[in-house]
Amino acid sequence: MSEEKKLYTVSIYTENNIGLLNRISAIFQRRHINIQSLNTSVSEIEGVSKFTILIRVSEEQIKKIIGQIEKQVEVIKAYYHSEEDTIYQESCLFKIKSDLLFDERQIQNIIKESNARIVTVNKEFFVLEKSGRTQEIELLYRELSVFGIMQFTRSGRIAVTKDEMKISTMLEAFQH
Amino acid sequence: MKETQTIQNQTKNTQTTERMSGSEAIIKCLLAEGVDILYGYPGGAIMPVYDELYKYQDEIHHVLTRHEQGATHSAQGYARISGKVGVAIATSGPGATNLITGIADAQIDSTAMVCITGQVGSHLLGSDAFQETDIVGISTPVTKWNHQITKASEIPEVFAKAFYIAKSGRPGPVLIDITKDAQFEEFDFSYEKCTGIRSYKPVPNTNEKDLKAAAELINNAKKPMVIWGQGVILGEAEDQFKAVIEKAGLPSAWTILGASAIPSSHPLNVGMVGMHGNYAPNVLTNECDVLIAIGMRFDDRVTGNLATYAKQAKVVHFEIDPAEVDKNVKTDVAVLGDAKESLKALLPLLNKNSHSEWHQKFKDLYKIEFEKVIKNDLYPTKEGLTMGEVLKEINIQTNGEAAIVSDVGQHQMIACRYADFNTTKSNITSGGLGTMGFALPAAIGAKMAAPEREVVMIAGDGGYQMTIQELGTIFQQRVPVKIVVLNNEFLGMVRQWQQLFFDKRYASTEMVNPDFVAIARGYHIDAKKVSKRNELKDAVKEMIDCEGPYFLEVRVEKEDNVFPMIPTGASVSDIRLE
Repeated sequence: MSEEKKLYTVSIYTENNIGLLNRISAIFQRRHINIQSLNTSVSEIEGVSKFTILIRVSEEQIKKIIGQIEKQVEVIKAYYHSEEDTIYQESCLFKIKSDLLFDERQIQNIIKESNARIVTVNKEFFVLEKSGRTQEIELLYRELSVFGIMQFTRSGRIAVTKDEMKISTMLEAFQH
Repeated sequence: MKETQTIQNQTKNTQTTERMSGSEAIIKCLLAEGVDILYGYPGGAIMPVYDELYKYQDEIHHVLTRHEQGATHSAQGYARISGKVGVAIATSGPGATNLITGIADAQIDSTAMVCITGQVGSHLLGSDAFQETDIVGISTPVTKWNHQITKASEIPEVFAKAFYIAKSGRPGPVLIDITKDAQFEEFDFSYEKCTGIRSYKPVPNTNEKDLKAAAELINNAKKPMVIWGQGVILGEAEDQFKAVIEKAGLPSAWTILGASAIPSSHPLNVGMVGMHGNYAPNVLTNECDVLIAIGMRFDDRVTGNLATYAKQAKVVHFEIDPAEVDKNVKTDVAVLGDAKESLKALLPLLNKNSHSEWHQKFKDLYKIEFEKVIKNDLYPTKEGLTMGEVLKEINIQTNGEAAIVSDVGQHQMIACRYADFNTTKSNITSGGLGTMGFALPAAIGAKMAAPEREVVMIAGDGGYQMTIQELGTIFQQRVPVKIVVLNNEFLGMVRQWQQLFFDKRYASTEMVNPDFVAIARGYHIDAKKVSKRNELKDAVKEMIDCEGPYFLEVRVEKEDNVFPMIPTGASVSDIRLE
């Protein structure tokens, strides 16, 4: 099996319980693995939560980690996917001085070309929102940083898979 | 017990509720789960529960240990010998944190245990209140499951889940933290046992194709070898296991926690694997053509260097926990499922076989080990007493029927190597965590769970002093455990490593010890010390014949080493005999 480290997206379907985040993050911490991004939300199934975690590890490692995650009592099912298996988005917000919007022509072009959206503008600052793939956000950051960014924040990755995740069938099986 | 049964049936069959406090409900839950003994220590945040324990003392026996760590190890000893769930109870803050070592031990050794901790009132959570600690956060990495209760109405469901999770599948420890207000709060109680949790599958399905593939590998093997672990004991699969190895003629070795699943004297039992295991099974691990692992997890103390471990062999792994498959050793065939069911299904697929030539290899290597190691351990000619000859004497005096509860270190390896185990669940020791101080409190739990059995605790002078306060529990409860301390005035195993790998720089391993006999007598426990060979037999006999608890100190050779030994990082086949 490949020892090469790759970026993997981990999707975890869980019960919605206090403390489960701690239990799951401990699995990574114990193995000295840095979580690159983490998102928790509701899922397509009522009452079931979903974690989306991004980590850089080898395939051998990810398989073992999935085993450890699934072992947790309140985890219904965990999956891992490589970049190609998912359709993903990340989202970010820039807070920038309003003067720049008028003084620096270039900024308007950047906003247009990057498909970013102006959320709000006031006298002091405007807020720009951009959703997209990692590289697109990185590019926008580089381009805007030249002019000065007052605040920047970026969300965890959210992803859906190209293939089906048979979680609903699993839960149905339990009811019978 | 009769009372317990009645309550169990009532709660199962009726949905009627009864108004009561959270703390009384806790007792009702414990009774419904068949708990007859619990080990613990009271304190502020758990006092309402203790008040109920006082009322229910005829139905449930609370054992006051002298430290909360002792309570967990006692609960572990209870669980390990009985196959039931051990229960420990403590207050918040330091009471709760003192449970952690035992919980971690139970987690790594898959012991079914439920720990109950009191917690400050829910309005105080997060305020750094007196004796407040985030025990749910602290215990998360070392529990199979944990939960904090802040409302009395949660109690029945959480307790039912706790016992179900602790015992089912691969067992483990569960912690329930209960705020003080939830203990006082009144609610309408009814109890229903837990029979399933949708996100938790305790036993994975066994795939018939995997079973057939496993059988084919075993049937075609010329040099098959089994390594079994505690899974055989936890799964109560001893009979099915014996039937399988006898039919296929499989030489079978055990991990430290697998010991006693079949008798030591069984002709197919070829001894212990691992760092201080037997010579033949370690060496032949790297010569067998099919390695059949059953209910074991390829711990690093078993495998030595993984890069050179059984590389020539096809590996078959029977395992209940899917996360263990391919974790350390890559398997060719993994049979998931419960050991008992899998082995039962495997039996008819196996061909009868004897592999007598292959068996001869184990016998030949045993002879070498006997000459170089075992003879000197069991029949020493030098003046000082060896740990091995003490074990031999215990075997003789107990006819190999004793449950041996060992601590951690040299004496533990000697006990596991030389104790005769005629009955299953007879080797109670801290395998995975290596917790010094485990034995004395664990022996208390074991003896209370199985009063009909002879329970002999064996510890070194180091580990014994880590939980020596539990002599108080033995005294107060009159628990007739036999306490053997093999005193070499050293932390022997660390000293051995210092001798072999640190040029004899004995940093902080020499111990200046108190008068152990006087201490035991201080607790009114009969006690004796021996240091000469000709005193040993009578002393062991006196100990075994004694009806109450008994303390025996044996002064053994100060600088003996345990061999064979696989040095860290070495291959199993490079095991050293001297």
